[in-house]
Amino acid sequence: MERNEKAFTPDPEYLLQVRNLKEYFPITTGFMQTTMLKAVDDVSFDIRRGETLGLVGESGCGKTTVGRTVLQLYKPTAGEIWFNGKKIDNRANLKEFRKKAQMVFQDPYSSLNPRMTVADIVAEPIDVHQLCKTKKEREERIHELMNLVGLNTEHATRYAHEFSGGQRQRIGIARALASRPEFIVCDEPVSALDVSIQAQVINMLEDLQTQFGLTYLFIAHDISVVKHISSRIAVMYLGHMMESASANELTKHPQHPYTISLMSAVPIPDPAVSRKQHRIVLKGDVPSPLKVPEGCPFRPRCERVTAACAKSCPAMREVAPGHFAACHNI
Amino acid sequence: MSLLEVKDLHTSFFTSAGEVKAVNGVSFSLDKGKVLGIVGESGSGKSVTAYSILQILTHPGKIVSGSIRFRDEELVGKSDTEMREIRGNKISIIFQDPMTSLNPTFTIGNQLKEAILLHTDRNKKQAEERAIEMLKLVGISEPEKRIHQYAYELSGGMRQRVMIAMALACEPDILIADEPTTALDVTIQAQILELILDLQKKMGMAVIMITHDMGVIAQICDEVIVMYAGSVCERGTADAIFYHPCHEYTKGLMRSIPDMNDDDKKRLIPITGTPIDLLHMPPGCPFAPRCDRAMKICLQEKAQEYWVGHDQLSACWQNVKDGICSTERPEEEEEEKEEKVKHGKK
Repeated sequence: MERNEKAFTPDPEYLLQVRNLKEYFPITTGFMQTTMLKAVDDVSFDIRRGETLGLVGESGCGKTTVGRTVLQLYKPTAGEIWFNGKKIDNRANLKEFRKKAQMVFQDPYSSLNPRMTVADIVAEPIDVHQLCKTKKEREERIHELMNLVGLNTEHATRYAHEFSGGQRQRIGIARALASRPEFIVCDEPVSALDVSIQAQVINMLEDLQTQFGLTYLFIAHDISVVKHISSRIAVMYLGHMMESASANELTKHPQHPYTISLMSAVPIPDPAVSRKQHRIVLKGDVPSPLKVPEGCPFRPRCERVTAACAKSCPAMREVAPGHFAACHNI
Repeated sequence: MSLLEVKDLHTSFFTSAGEVKAVNGVSFSLDKGKVLGIVGESGSGKSVTAYSILQILTHPGKIVSGSIRFRDEELVGKSDTEMREIRGNKISIIFQDPMTSLNPTFTIGNQLKEAILLHTDRNKKQAEERAIEMLKLVGISEPEKRIHQYAYELSGGMRQRVMIAMALACEPDILIADEPTTALDVTIQAQILELILDLQKKMGMAVIMITHDMGVIAQICDEVIVMYAGSVCERGTADAIFYHPCHEYTKGLMRSIPDMNDDDKKRLIPITGTPIDLLHMPPGCPFAPRCDRAMKICLQEKAQEYWVGHDQLSACWQNVKDGICSTERPEEEEEEKEEKVKHGKK
């Protein structure tokens, strides 16, 4: 999946192709002193049409930044983003891309404007891109969208604070669907919700995907949820891509030492399995992203560390068919 | 005799909009050296139950009725001064967010020493030694240096370790952990859970683990209480609750969690509807409006707890209808034992 060619030609099989994406943020670290925080460092991936790519990792690993940079909410420091065979690098392309690519945010409380009614929130992409010519058409579209996500159309004139967390997330999803997108970045869409509501929203996202042929980039830290919804999963650590494979392959046969320990740390809701589970408890914390270790970023916490790990940062390579990992020792 | 015995506890918040019954008739007992899990969604009353035990409820909240007996001593009705002898000394608590529960203006050593000086006869120097010893115990490197640091200088996992050190400094009989790992990453969560279990075994204390994560419950708990809208749906041993759930809510909860071992990605079966509004509680079972198998009686009257197994109680009318429950505690059957082993193998 990951190739490193100089002249890149897009593959029509893929909806989105990201090459060597970098996103650095300047951080003031002292008087007249700035350090570059490498939130995303040389990340490449592809997403097939109608597929869901799950992106997992611990907090601070750069998964949200990847999602936001792909949507050009941050200007990439370096790297290329190809969407539908077109490189997103000029204003005309960007405007079309913004219509076709949308986002669902993690926190349904802060991502909805408290001063706007549900109808106005949902219709914002319609208004921005001038998708409806008449008021009647706009209203019909709002009602259609609210029905799609299972909201009562009578509630269109209410404000966001009158809804529960699950319903708010539905409003957020309706807004994302308003411009008839092909691609949606779901940034932790269910992690703020209760378990019983999570399943409702996950099922709805799956239904919408089949109905409209949507492609998702699904960012989450809950591995069992990501496994359920994704066809492929990519694992990130400190701004670097560590491993990517099909969802079943990655959860069953992880290759990278970081993924192995991550999988073993996931609590399984089954006492008998849980008691027998062999846990690899990682020592220490994730290093500060301002001081990413040289060589492999996982080196200080890795059990299998060798001299080669300090010398160079391993590149992603195919370790099994369709299974990529960035480790010197596999 | 149990270490802690809670009987028919009712805690309400008297808000301007009306009485919110956050805890509505909760009973359970906790034995020495056991790990009890309280699981439920937000608003189910699991945290308020814990706060009631320590009587650290915030203003409009009050214990309305019920009894909380600790070592055969009634805690309900005790004055604040009397409770202070128990809090942090006999029963300790660690909170979800270690950043907001540590004071940012004092060093962590200062905060650790506070509890030690308050509850033991140690002098300042001995208290500092004890603080260093506790930090070492919870796996913090260079504790001599750390006690002079402030909370902001530590990572999330480290802060939670400091909170645990603080809670255990006086060797309490009960440690209440209120969602201690929810704000942490899975790899750090694994560290903290292992630490709590390890210390629990070393010090022989009992732990009340409050969480919404069934995975965490399965990993560390001996006994489980499932709560919904302030009421106990079901309680029993972890094996009984996971392999033989008898309340419709527990069953629904289990069905709605994605299975890590399911490679075909079967569609999830969610619990329909939205969480209950605690201001407008229905007269019957609180789960009835969302229950697929609700009967007429479920909407009218709340079911009491019936025994559905040797070590499992469930409050669901469905069990009464199916005739699989009784008011008497049944003897442990041989079949049941075998079944447990079988399930264990699965």
